[in-house]
Amino acid sequence: MKFSEIKKRADDEWKQLQQSKEPTLFIGAATCGRSAGALETKKTFQEEFEKRGINANIVEVGCLGPCWAEPLISIVKPGGPNIFYKNVTAKRATELVEKFIIGDDPLPEFALGLVGDKGDYDIPVLWDLPNFKAQQRVLFRNFGFIDPTNINHYIANDGYSGLEKAISMEQTAVIEELKTSGLRGRGGGGFPAGRKWEAGLQAKEKEKYVVCNADEGDPGAFMDRSVLEGEPHSVLEGMIIAGYTIGAQKGYIYVRAEYPLAVKRLQDAIHQATDMGLLGEDILGSGFSFEISLFQGAGAFVCGESTALTLSMEGRRGMPKASPRPRTTEEGLFDKPTLLNNVKTFSYVPQIINRGGAWLSAIGTEKSKGTAVFALTGMVNNCGLIEVPMGLTVREIIYDIGGGISNDKTFKAVQTGGPSGGCLPKQFLDTPVDYDSLKAAGSMMGSGGMVIMDETTCMVDIARYFLDFTQKESCGQCTLCKLGTKQMLNILEDIVDGKGQPKDIDILLEIGKAVNGGSLCGLGQSAANPVLTTIKYFREEYEEHINEKRCSALACKALISYCIDADKCKGCTICAKACPADAISGEKKEVHVIDQSKCIQCGMCLEKCPKKFRAVECVPGRLNEGGK
Amino acid sequence: MEERLEKILSCYDGKNFELIPILQEVQHEFGYLPESEMSEVAKFVGLPKSRIYGVATFFEQFKFTPQGKNLVTVCRGTACHVRGAKRILEEFEDKLNIKEGETTEDLEYTLGTAACIGCCALAPCVMINDDVEAKLTPKKVAKFFSKETADEI
Repeated sequence: MKFSEIKKRADDEWKQLQQSKEPTLFIGAATCGRSAGALETKKTFQEEFEKRGINANIVEVGCLGPCWAEPLISIVKPGGPNIFYKNVTAKRATELVEKFIIGDDPLPEFALGLVGDKGDYDIPVLWDLPNFKAQQRVLFRNFGFIDPTNINHYIANDGYSGLEKAISMEQTAVIEELKTSGLRGRGGGGFPAGRKWEAGLQAKEKEKYVVCNADEGDPGAFMDRSVLEGEPHSVLEGMIIAGYTIGAQKGYIYVRAEYPLAVKRLQDAIHQATDMGLLGEDILGSGFSFEISLFQGAGAFVCGESTALTLSMEGRRGMPKASPRPRTTEEGLFDKPTLLNNVKTFSYVPQIINRGGAWLSAIGTEKSKGTAVFALTGMVNNCGLIEVPMGLTVREIIYDIGGGISNDKTFKAVQTGGPSGGCLPKQFLDTPVDYDSLKAAGSMMGSGGMVIMDETTCMVDIARYFLDFTQKESCGQCTLCKLGTKQMLNILEDIVDGKGQPKDIDILLEIGKAVNGGSLCGLGQSAANPVLTTIKYFREEYEEHINEKRCSALACKALISYCIDADKCKGCTICAKACPADAISGEKKEVHVIDQSKCIQCGMCLEKCPKKFRAVECVPGRLNEGGK
Repeated sequence: MEERLEKILSCYDGKNFELIPILQEVQHEFGYLPESEMSEVAKFVGLPKSRIYGVATFFEQFKFTPQGKNLVTVCRGTACHVRGAKRILEEFEDKLNIKEGETTEDLEYTLGTAACIGCCALAPCVMINDDVEAKLTPKKVAKFFSKETADEI
């Protein structure tokens, strides 16, 4: 079939949905939506429609971004705008059917915003909300609007027209567009994509591979998952264009087995694209053939590294190869030239071909072009997925888009770059977010995890947390990475256990520098970063733990105490019954007391003390035995 | 050879690079990697058993003892960590009466942890088999078990 025919069929189907005489319900059903109960919400809508004899279209879509508002749905009534509703539980679903779908009250109090003609609706335009205004949706343009399992939805929204255009271009012309766009690898390294593709084309071998790195292992990051679940075809299209450009016939997607929905979406997408002749033999009659298979990663963080990734695809242990070594574009999978890019990098490509490289390079800063995608999480009000032009400041991201720190707490640090990155304190709030500025500040862009921390986060504990992670994930071939991280972890555990020694900070710095200097791969070379940056910026917290045996963040059990406020305690006995250590004594209706020598600081008393009393307090430092 | 294994191997050619997908299927079918099956897989791909174990033990996904019918995987990602994942893990340990990495005696539950399950915006979360439960509190965990038990009865 010609592409024009495929496109027409898709356009017709899309138009039919847009002009439907029946209401259309879009349900955000990515992993985040599902975990918040989207499928139960969907079921309620279905039941209500059936019960009341309403004909309606129900479409499952990917993640719009604001995960804090999940389950997130949107409703289009014939001729009306697309109205997004937040936190639509089963109960709210019933109400929406009664009041809005049957009645005429759009229930503005539950609405997040609307897209389309505002008319007389008392609902703000979605893109004008502070949460969205500073964002720029390039990669996310279709997220939340199209059904990821329906290839026609993608095609009707310019999908696969980048491929159609690319296969009519010279291979070098495709590379030129990429170079003009300034696109840099979105896996974190930031290597210019155009140069990498050029190296792939120049490689002399006949057999070449295209590999998509979807082994998103950074804790605190889920951008790639959302792309795979929200618009898997954009990744396939980018890979097919890559195959055409470098002259490869085979592509693999290395996807984490921990992402079952993403795997399913990709499998379905591959079948659909193959059925339409957009993938497989003689693509769109061009004579170019390309196929894509999935490889499910078996759970090793280090396999995000290029040589470890290809080794594990060959059925070996994922241990990074020593440098200097040939680049992956010269010698990669099965020792053949391999073009390896991140999910998002591939996903940008179709639009770059469609709109021209200059369009993307107009967005962002001089050296970091385009948009940056972040998973904004932690202690921030509006957790979720965001896409911003490169160069926006950390402050704008946290306070404008993220809605500030949750529970009226104050900002302490922002962590980017996952276990290889660093924690930046408040003097860096006005740092522009791009590859070079973050690096200069001592952190890194990484693949897009951005975890916000407030005063309840203990920076020593965070350093311990990351070291625990890296130490477990070290492949074990470099002594300094394998044993150095273990030593550092032991020291950090001692510090949070209240056994820290004054000389520990210097020892941590010394081993940290040795680990970073004496390891082969990116994981080892950056393993100590979380410790080095927290010592650099939060040294006083280390000193407090070591010298005063206190944890002001109240996170380290060995360095806090629980006590009961005699003025507030009503002697309800709930805490005494809940205490697993039998440390609380007191008669009914009399003030209770915690025996500090027995207390194991589990916090159960604080958790159980009725909210109307709030008599249990957690304080930094260990109280003298016997209590206050 | 066990019939189930024969069926799995019949879809492969016995090439070295097929090792990890084969092990994944064996684990999916048997719930773990039984020793006898590992020997057969080694013969099939033409590699020494030491190499098969070398690969299998490298990856987190592979287990060498029978796993529970239900896999509870507590996320220990950064976002979950700062939002109290440790306390959630403790609650699961308490309710299931096993430690992280262990399986209940009746083989009903295995309690594990994952570096990150990618549901960070709704932290803390846990994966129960293939479903993600989000925004957990110790109370919600406790409730979850009373619901589970009620469903079973």
